[in-house]
Amino acid sequence: MGLNRREFLKIAGVSVMGLGAPTMALNALFKNQLNASQISPNPKALHAKRWAMVVDLKKMNKEIVEKCIKACHSIHNVPHIPDKKREIKWIWETHFEHAFPEQAHEHMDEVLEHIPVPVFCNNCENPPCVQVCPTKATFQREDGIVMMDMHRCIGCRFCMAACPYGSRSFNWQDPRPFIVKENPEYPTRTKGVVEKCEFCAERLEKGLMPACVEASEGAMIFGDLADPESEVRKILRSRYSIQRKPGLGTRPAVYYLI
Amino acid sequence: MYDGGKILTGLIIGIALFTLPFWFNLGKAAKIPEPKLTPKAEKAKFCVETKEYMQAEHMHLLDQWRDWVVRDGNRIYVGLHDKKYDMSLQNTCMDCHSNKKKFCDECHNYADVTPYCWECHIEPKEEEEK
Amino acid sequence: MFEKAFHGGRKYWTVVAILAAIAGVGAIFYLWQLKVGLKITGMSRDVSWGFYIAQFTYLVGVAAGGVMIALPCYLHNYKKFARIVVLGEFMAIAAIIMCLLFIIVDLGKPMRLFNVVLHPTPNSILFWDMIVLNVYLFLNVVVGWAALEAERFHMEPAKWVKVLAVFSVVWAPCIHIVTAFLYSGLPGRHFWLTAIMAPRFLASAFAAGPSFIVLLALIIRKYSKFDPGREAIQTLAKIITYCIIINFCFFLFEVFTTFYSQIPGHMNHFKYLFVGLEGHGKLVPWMWVSMIGMFVVCILLVIPSIRRNEGSLAFCCVLLIITTWIDKGLGLVTGGFVPNPLEEITEYWPTVPEALITLGVWATGFLVVTILYKIAVSVNEEIEA
Repeated sequence: MGLNRREFLKIAGVSVMGLGAPTMALNALFKNQLNASQISPNPKALHAKRWAMVVDLKKMNKEIVEKCIKACHSIHNVPHIPDKKREIKWIWETHFEHAFPEQAHEHMDEVLEHIPVPVFCNNCENPPCVQVCPTKATFQREDGIVMMDMHRCIGCRFCMAACPYGSRSFNWQDPRPFIVKENPEYPTRTKGVVEKCEFCAERLEKGLMPACVEASEGAMIFGDLADPESEVRKILRSRYSIQRKPGLGTRPAVYYLI
Repeated sequence: MYDGGKILTGLIIGIALFTLPFWFNLGKAAKIPEPKLTPKAEKAKFCVETKEYMQAEHMHLLDQWRDWVVRDGNRIYVGLHDKKYDMSLQNTCMDCHSNKKKFCDECHNYADVTPYCWECHIEPKEEEEK
Repeated sequence: MFEKAFHGGRKYWTVVAILAAIAGVGAIFYLWQLKVGLKITGMSRDVSWGFYIAQFTYLVGVAAGGVMIALPCYLHNYKKFARIVVLGEFMAIAAIIMCLLFIIVDLGKPMRLFNVVLHPTPNSILFWDMIVLNVYLFLNVVVGWAALEAERFHMEPAKWVKVLAVFSVVWAPCIHIVTAFLYSGLPGRHFWLTAIMAPRFLASAFAAGPSFIVLLALIIRKYSKFDPGREAIQTLAKIITYCIIINFCFFLFEVFTTFYSQIPGHMNHFKYLFVGLEGHGKLVPWMWVSMIGMFVVCILLVIPSIRRNEGSLAFCCVLLIITTWIDKGLGLVTGGFVPNPLEEITEYWPTVPEALITLGVWATGFLVVTILYKIAVSVNEEIEA
């Protein structure tokens, strides 16, 4: 026949591709495709152009913060991991100098210095975490909420490096043994993915307010920034508010009233 | 041919290893899977789509559902006979088919696939059969 | 030519066996990590990148170091490098393979790796890193192999090989510029948010990469009949000297900006690394060893008699590799994460399983280098005969 090895390999390669390509094309064309017009959002869902949270530090105290944390972590199956290095927290309590390191100084108002400040994902308008995610596993919705797609996350933790607020947690191990009481209506996560607060998107779509807002006895307010008559806009108009690390240009959706 | 002895020996060992599953299972027949419906599922009479469609395509359906829910924010699905469903494995599918061991696992074990859905989506607690 | 890897003396097979064993141990621990999760490492919620990404960052520079041989050879016809350019390309292959392995080993869900390809995200630098690394690997494999084969049959390499070789010289700086961009574009990490990150990566790469090649060339000369040439090694030594001095100066420039401006947010990271912060200072002795060692290397290499003596040159290369590794490995990654965005401190230190997996990946890389260099050396010995 006179075929040498190189020619044989070339023919073999082309044949494999020739057989493979039409098979794949046929598969793709004749797959049962679901019709996208069969879907719609829940009619009870709350809609907004830009969700925002306002935390009134004047009304904050230790009990309220603990109630908020408990509400959030229990309905979202957030595990309680005693090892501080591996802990997972969506919302937690800190002090003014840690939440606002650029605002704190040596002679602060004593009340403000010791108020428990709840911190959580700011769901920024210009989120660096979304910018760096290589798979769009974390992405920004039209209403401003920065979401996590747990199915797509590869666990590279680039988003954790990018977040200027330390809002994100990684599952260094299987979280299920550490969940105090499972909420059967919400999934858990598995080892190897990143998680964070998502402004209770799953409650918003049922017409409910975020869990922490409900538990906060009025110390936290949630609403649509784009609606000038919303509670959040009204209170921001009348009180002095600050944000975390405003100079970085992330434009957080969380405001703190002092 | 060069190294004929080595090649033939290697070939025979290779073929033997390759066909090992057949030798290993000679004489045994695997049971055909019989997924059992719960009373709630029986009462519902039909699923989100037809039984044949679900058998063949439930994985693709769930794949589409998760993108629609998580990424697009849509929750309601209009299925067979124009019935509306909340697109959720944990709260819709498993609500009716709450017997994972006798329903889902039947076929999955037979086909030797291990979908990792339930690593996150909590499966309903099953009672031990008396 | 691959059959040359199967015909070796006792020393060759001993090295291969030891490296394979270490790689095997690393693989077993990696299987454990896959089963249990990344909790077996020393990483934490605050220091979410550690040893693995640090090694990747360092090796990306080593991989591009080979270009310091290819550039004079292909672009400026510096014939003295012609014999060792293949050593640079083969070392680049091993280094890139290690980089890719370290990334995979660091992922929480490595089985979903293909998502980066299925959902391309051009605004993410990690996406570009994947492209840049894989293309560079492909270039080095193709060019290195084709050039070596041409040399074997006493022919000039085909024109397309030369075109790809020039292209790889242009592409090589991209791999560590892109890796530097991973760090230097993050608004919340002031230790990394500096334009000099990319130049620092370039300088330390072009010092560390050729240092590896010098050491490997000396080893090859000792254990085979292939002599890379004394002049080639001396030219590399001069390149290394300039680049390590530039690297050290870049570090001093950073120190100036940070400590002259006195901004606490920037100073805190340097303070943690070099004097400790609030009682935490695990890395302090390491950083001083690194910086003093690097300074010593700069001084030694500048002295011509030390550079010309191949024994002392080898010592300087080893010291250079150690000091740049501490700087780019431990210092850079940990320093960026400590203190955390809330000004709290969580220290980081690799665990034993983490170190063993790391060692396993390094062993894999050295195994690749051993096999590829064996092929290159055997081909050269065949030509000389």
